[in-house]
Amino acid sequence: MIGTAGIGRRRISRGPRIGYAILGVSVVPILVGYAWLLIASFSRRTRGLIPTTIDGRAGGWTLDNWSFVSDGSVYRATLNSTLMALGMVVGVGIVSTLGGYAISRIRFPGRKGVLSMTLLLNAFRADMLLIAIFFVLRALGATPLVGRFIGFDTVGGVALVMVSLELPLGLWLMKGFFDNVSWDMERAALIDGASRFRAWWEIVLPQVMPGLAALSVFTFISGWNAYLIPFTYTVGTGVSNLPVFLDELIGETSPTNWNQVAAVGLFQLIPILGFYLLMQEKLLNIYSGGTKGGT
Amino acid sequence: MATVAEDSPTRRRRRRLAAVGFLTPAMVLVVAFYLIPAVLTLILSLTDLSSANFTEPWNFIGLDNYRRLFGDAFFPKILKNTLFYVFVTLGLFNVGLALVLALLTTSIPRRAGFFFRMLWLLPRITPSVVYVMMWVRMAQQPPFGIFNQLAGPFGLEPENWLFETPWLFVILTNGFVGASFGMIIFTSALESIPRDVITAARVDGASGWRLIRDMKIPLIKWPLLFVATYQTMSLLTSFEYILLLTEGGPGLFTTEVWALTSYKRALGTYFGNNQWGYGAAWGFVLVVIGFLFSLLYVKIFRFNQLVKEPLIE
Repeated sequence: MIGTAGIGRRRISRGPRIGYAILGVSVVPILVGYAWLLIASFSRRTRGLIPTTIDGRAGGWTLDNWSFVSDGSVYRATLNSTLMALGMVVGVGIVSTLGGYAISRIRFPGRKGVLSMTLLLNAFRADMLLIAIFFVLRALGATPLVGRFIGFDTVGGVALVMVSLELPLGLWLMKGFFDNVSWDMERAALIDGASRFRAWWEIVLPQVMPGLAALSVFTFISGWNAYLIPFTYTVGTGVSNLPVFLDELIGETSPTNWNQVAAVGLFQLIPILGFYLLMQEKLLNIYSGGTKGGT
Repeated sequence: MATVAEDSPTRRRRRRLAAVGFLTPAMVLVVAFYLIPAVLTLILSLTDLSSANFTEPWNFIGLDNYRRLFGDAFFPKILKNTLFYVFVTLGLFNVGLALVLALLTTSIPRRAGFFFRMLWLLPRITPSVVYVMMWVRMAQQPPFGIFNQLAGPFGLEPENWLFETPWLFVILTNGFVGASFGMIIFTSALESIPRDVITAARVDGASGWRLIRDMKIPLIKWPLLFVATYQTMSLLTSFEYILLLTEGGPGLFTTEVWALTSYKRALGTYFGNNQWGYGAAWGFVLVVIGFLFSLLYVKIFRFNQLVKEPLIE
């Protein structure tokens, strides 16, 4: 606008600047939320975003909020979170690589039905089935032998429910990855007399490993973060995971000790942020390939 | 190719067996955690099963739960809340802001656009308990609340904004998670518009707003429709963030939505006991809506194109 910059020039440069401004403003709440978490977890109190001492003067930096790391109360929940998340990774991985292969590459009657069912399930949200699943889990818990591991109020039971909820996305994504594998090698293997299972295991599976890895990271994150299902289907601290532990910590004292709660929250975020930084592009792709929508 | 064309009955049978083998684990889970629960929700909704009588045989009471549901004094309020919540969040964030973000991040340099999209993905991958905690602290009364601290210099009376404007925070909390889904889908749709189509329009004199309205939006109308229908369903059935943020309060049913009512009646101890039958009636209405929605997808998203026949055997 100033000096020699012509009208044409102005037109080109103003658009992006407004774009940056809108985008910059839009992320403020996200950045403020994270800033609070970080500041609060290392200070005695906070006033807005300002760290303060107990009597409200600025300052008050401390590591005391992290004492839960040494007193060990958090490790049971961490272990349960890890077991649930890894259980989900293994479960979703096995079931969707098997099923996704069948719907991508085997011609059989009813294939179209199975495919539309997968799509249908993607749209069909499981949150509304929680009441009935409660009864299914109790029935599973009453079965002999395995009941102790997969029933109501067990880590296995919670993991099993979450595997099922993740399954439509997993099947759909793996089908997509299998669709992109060339047919030639598999055809050669089958003509040489390999069974379908061997062809899957030795020829096709290695070629979808990058896709499976991305799905696994995605599944781990959703298992690690899960709140509603562990909260609904576990009783007491023995089987609860980190989010439920944190939720109980918030309600435990009144007023809540927000600074300690923030530290536990940040502790829980560490692996998630690690994956996020390492695998940004892959994660973005998964979110667009699948139809997983929180809200 | 001879071996491929030959399709003897034995081969066909073996192939069928293989398909069954590969699909069995998935099918077992689908039956146990989708099919049976869907039917069971219907059955439960016809009983008066609750934690008071669950040791006795199930007592079928016909459509009484549904009569009670529609006659509930708070039914109009809950229905209104649900519609308000779903369509305002959908319009402003899950589709509206998602589209704005996708248009903006694709019109600035690639790396910068990617950076902003990654920031917007953060709420989605943050554990819900931690994420809601951030919003609670932003809204809180002085001296803790961040919003009060930032708005104070502008002369705004300090309040606990979660109590003053609960809907604002319910919608913000859900919207900041919801927007990233549409953003990602729209971005990949926008990026797949051929460059020369845009260039040609530019040469013809189309600029800025006209380019968006007459070119870009019509070209991504399928993704738009998909995100709109999919997210309607998501918003209608998910209640986790509301449960954590307000539990349907403050006060009586202020931010209570349909799915949350179902959950609280059946699985919360909110009303003294777990009314599984009554909660299931609320839930089954959603199951029916969900089923109708999923049929809609299969119909409108040109499903047959997705079903390519496998090339071998």
